[in-house]
Amino acid sequence: MIAYVLKRAGFSLFVLWGAVTVVFIALRIVPADPALLILGVDATPDQLAALRERLGLDRPLILQYFSYLQGAVTLDFGDSYRLQRDAMGLVMERLPATGQLALAAVIFAVVVGLALGLVAALRVNTFLDRTISVVSLAFQSLPSFWIGLVLVLVFARALHLLPSGGTGSLAHLVLPALTLSLPFLAILARLTRSGILEVINEGYIQTARSKGFSERVVLFPHAIRNALIPIVTVVGLQFGQVLGGAVIIETVFAWPGVGRVLVESINYRDYNVVQACVVVIAAIFIVINLIVDVTYGFLDPRIRLGARR
Amino acid sequence: MSDHPLPTRWLRLPRLAPARDGGTRRLVVCLVIVIAYALLAIFGPVVTGYNPITTYVQDRLLPPGSLLSNGSVALLGTDQVGRDILGQVFMGARVSMVAGIATLLLAGLIGITVGLLAGYFGGILDSILMRIADIQLAFPSILLAILIAAILGPSFFNLILVLAIANWVVFARVTRSQVLALKNREYVDAARTLGARNLYLIVRTIFPGCVAPLLVVATVEIGHVIVAEASLSFLGLGTPASLPSWGLTISDGRDYLIDAWWISTFPGIALALLVLTLGVLGDTIRDRLDPKLRSL
Repeated sequence: MIAYVLKRAGFSLFVLWGAVTVVFIALRIVPADPALLILGVDATPDQLAALRERLGLDRPLILQYFSYLQGAVTLDFGDSYRLQRDAMGLVMERLPATGQLALAAVIFAVVVGLALGLVAALRVNTFLDRTISVVSLAFQSLPSFWIGLVLVLVFARALHLLPSGGTGSLAHLVLPALTLSLPFLAILARLTRSGILEVINEGYIQTARSKGFSERVVLFPHAIRNALIPIVTVVGLQFGQVLGGAVIIETVFAWPGVGRVLVESINYRDYNVVQACVVVIAAIFIVINLIVDVTYGFLDPRIRLGARR
Repeated sequence: MSDHPLPTRWLRLPRLAPARDGGTRRLVVCLVIVIAYALLAIFGPVVTGYNPITTYVQDRLLPPGSLLSNGSVALLGTDQVGRDILGQVFMGARVSMVAGIATLLLAGLIGITVGLLAGYFGGILDSILMRIADIQLAFPSILLAILIAAILGPSFFNLILVLAIANWVVFARVTRSQVLALKNREYVDAARTLGARNLYLIVRTIFPGCVAPLLVVATVEIGHVIVAEASLSFLGLGTPASLPSWGLTISDGRDYLIDAWWISTFPGIALALLVLTLGVLGDTIRDRLDPKLRSL
């Protein structure tokens, strides 16, 4: 088990390095002149030269890369060009808001998604099952910003039940968290349904039934635990999409999280903050994937034994 | 995935499995809707004569059905600078569909090439290419798209490039696993024994066997790509202001949700109906052609 965890952790570090490098390539190598990118086309040659020197862009690329990596290890991504303060601090300040939003969305999605999937599987091919399936497919396909705007129109503009954006009270959290959770909830409901329907015909379920266990005992420890394995993987994989979705949802609802800082910083060409945002989001995503992998190893011994070979 | 019929011709479309439920009707309904969108995307802008540059200040924010100053009727109303919403919806259909198809072609080209090379040659090339794919999968794809789009700046070509970079991995993975399943089959050995070179083996012998799952992937992905395009445009990182995509028009209308609900609503309905149809279509085709790809 320890070997398995170490191996996964090593891979996570490798992926994190990859993500940090992708950001470097995207911001320093793709644009012909990052200084031009920051100052815009109206800048004079003198201004450009001064900024290039200040940012160290006149040094060889490989040295820039190493000092950038050094900065990344110490969580130093330079200062915000717009706000004159350190970029990482700015991102960290906004992180709790995004965390709050994502956590509320994930909890709601997991509870409701599992419940709906279970209900659909137990009432398979009934009207209820079909309705859950259709609604799930709809929420899975629709763009989240669109769902968000519809919810604003209905609950904020028409019914005046909830605030349309901003922050401050628990009521402010409801619409953005709901919007963020719906696609995730839909995927979970569909997966739970198909997962349970798949295991329900397995031999060990029949064994449990033939032993005379009640349907509830058959369902809860036997069926659910095995249906859970693919669900845990998808929860992990989809968490990244939730974080990506948060970037868009925060813009729709003026939620003061990392995603909003990211979009604002892009509009102001504040690339140090963009860097910090992307690296922080990627790091969170990678850590969650690691946790999922380890959980997966606990739930299914075949996986960690396979890894030891 | 080894139970596909042996491909004999260059591109043989797989036979549909017999439907167990109303799948055929669903398939037909979806295809009709998609074809209707395609026709509106092609001919709609020609009929309405859309002009994105000119603004008609006297026709600002008119509700649906209003008479415009030039004598025509704005069936779906006008936006904050007096442009016809119907024209923008048609143009948006064109932008979304062209972006979706172009992205799939580019992402498919990159992904299939990578998948064929990695699967066929294996070894260190496979390790390097698949580690790159892993790194990218460890990155929320919309975040990567936002990052690259922010740097490249808004243009239609950049948009397609960004979306293709964000979506090639799934094509690479599916192609690779299919190549691994096929490359040791007897007919491949037979072709090799007859003197076929690597390039011929990859392109003419193995690739045709990858087409069926790739078609499934493409159907499932096109909806995702159109949603990603709309999301980027909504954030102002997609199409330039002169090219009205649905995402951009919806974003423009956000400030007028109370007074002029029609600006965001109609492109929103158009977008929702298309992606819903594509979602159902992707699901139906996947279940009938290749249920093993369900994890997509």
